[in-house]
Amino acid sequence: MNPIQWATSPWGQRIPIHIAWYLIWVCAIAGLAFLIVHAIWAGFIAKPEEFQETTASPAVIAAIPAEVKRHSLAARLFHWIMAAAMLTLLFTAFAPKVGYQFPWVTYHWIAGLVLIASIIFHVIHATFFMDFWSIWPDKMDIEDAKNRSRRMMGEPAPRPHRFAKYPFENKMYHLIIVLAGLSVAITGGFMIFRVRTPFLTRNPYLFSDMTWGMMYVLHGLAGVGLIALIMAHIYFALRPEKLAITRGMIVGSITREHFLEEHDPQRWKVVSKSASEAHPAGSSAD
Amino acid sequence: MAVIRDVMPAFELYQPASADDAVSLLAQYGADAWVMAGGLDSFDWLKDRIKRPKVVVDLSQMQGMRGVRETGDGVEIGAMTTLTEVVRDPVLIAKYKILTEAAEAAASPQIRNQGTIGGNISQDTRCWYYRSGFPCYRAGGNICYADTPSAINREHAILGADRCVAVSPSDSAPALVALDAKMVIRNSKGERVVNAEDYFIGPGIDITRMTTLRHGDLLTAIRIPATWSNTQYYFEKVRDRPVWDFPLVNIAAVKVVSGGNIVRIRMAVNGVAAHPWRLKQVEDAVAGKPANEATAEMAGNLAIQGAQPLRYNGYKLPLMRNLVKRAIRGTQEA
Repeated sequence: MNPIQWATSPWGQRIPIHIAWYLIWVCAIAGLAFLIVHAIWAGFIAKPEEFQETTASPAVIAAIPAEVKRHSLAARLFHWIMAAAMLTLLFTAFAPKVGYQFPWVTYHWIAGLVLIASIIFHVIHATFFMDFWSIWPDKMDIEDAKNRSRRMMGEPAPRPHRFAKYPFENKMYHLIIVLAGLSVAITGGFMIFRVRTPFLTRNPYLFSDMTWGMMYVLHGLAGVGLIALIMAHIYFALRPEKLAITRGMIVGSITREHFLEEHDPQRWKVVSKSASEAHPAGSSAD
Repeated sequence: MAVIRDVMPAFELYQPASADDAVSLLAQYGADAWVMAGGLDSFDWLKDRIKRPKVVVDLSQMQGMRGVRETGDGVEIGAMTTLTEVVRDPVLIAKYKILTEAAEAAASPQIRNQGTIGGNISQDTRCWYYRSGFPCYRAGGNICYADTPSAINREHAILGADRCVAVSPSDSAPALVALDAKMVIRNSKGERVVNAEDYFIGPGIDITRMTTLRHGDLLTAIRIPATWSNTQYYFEKVRDRPVWDFPLVNIAAVKVVSGGNIVRIRMAVNGVAAHPWRLKQVEDAVAGKPANEATAEMAGNLAIQGAQPLRYNGYKLPLMRNLVKRAIRGTQEA
């Protein structure tokens, strides 16, 4: 039951070679269990979320447009291309391990290159053309998360603030997916040197056997972790109360009603000062 | 790393007398069971102590899986039929001489007396890195030691390599692919019949297996349809020494020629990839063309398109090309 498979190299060195494949099922079952528990909790136990009132002025609230732009076309394209690449990668990686035979390697590395390219694009896009910090948890998020947890447990705690552009759960998911995604992308990028491609010369000596082994293990661990993460992502995207966010990733915007219900105009400034003063609706953030 | 020892690691030995018993044993022990036919591949692994199965299912007592019998559409060969029995069978000699020639090209008389047709086609690759117990891709690892800049890879693949560059060493396998044979496989869920071409799999499909057989599967018989009986054929094996050697490259082709033109043809080459390499493109290209030098030249060049030689096996390209040319020109009658 060792989660890591070990072997002895020709030089007698004990080296890791990859993860044990039963971890595929461990992660799939864990992901499924999470979905079931969450669905029960959300359907029968959880109470409606109560937020603090916003401190935004009535003029600002009145100026909020009917459709609030949430994701630019470039951001949406990145998301869906990355999603297609990720699903292809998961399928080509794990379907052969559970019995569905096909020549998977070529599809896998091509999808891997698409993922790496889309990640590079996203890093540049998010750093220079988007509000970079909007996706990272801030102090208020942490404080509100603590209060929400206490309230969920029935303990007295102040009502949390409405969210900024991204709810705390989104931010945490993004953080975890960054770690898992970068782990598979970076290790997978090096692994392309191990297979025949039209544009790279194979070089199995790029690293020592031990380093390669650890790279395969990390690739595998992040990969099986992504099974559960992607299951959770798809589940939340399909939940009724999250459909407004899913719609935002398709059409690019959320409705004014959803915005006012969950977001604080003070934390996610979608109305320019001049627009709120002029009072019809103003522009929105990317 | 591999040190052949006289004393094998201990295992539990079962000698079932029927396919039903064998299948139920294989279902019971799953990945812990090792299927042994003639033992010529198995004993290498076991004496090297590289494979250490808990259970060995020895098929040698299964008389029901031996012999050649004619069917309504061709013949059925029991998987436990020895290569010598295949070589000497009068029906096969009369109708499928390509198979008897291919079987006779395998190893030595003593080995053919012991080795079976099922074992010959299902045997593991002879890549010495893998056979020496190196933790390569095929052994479940993450590297091919034969495909590194300093590797000794004279016998390895020039086609269809996908991380692993090992080749299939079977002589009878390409003949069965050429004859469009069907493999009868049983397991606890029932029986399935697989085309010979699909029975052999490359590393892209599963890097740890040479055939479609999984744990619990048992190859019981090989059916050869009448489609290619009594047709012209060509089999040639090139090896380092005249007997008792694996092929560097071998070729098997069956064809129907009328008025000097090739009406239809099936051909497969082995020793160049992890599975018998069917030359479908060549078959299509030469159909309807005269069986002459020009067609042979064209076929030879077409056959090696896409081949990627390693450091020490570049000689396989002209070798394969010339064998294809000879197969197109060859005129042996069944």
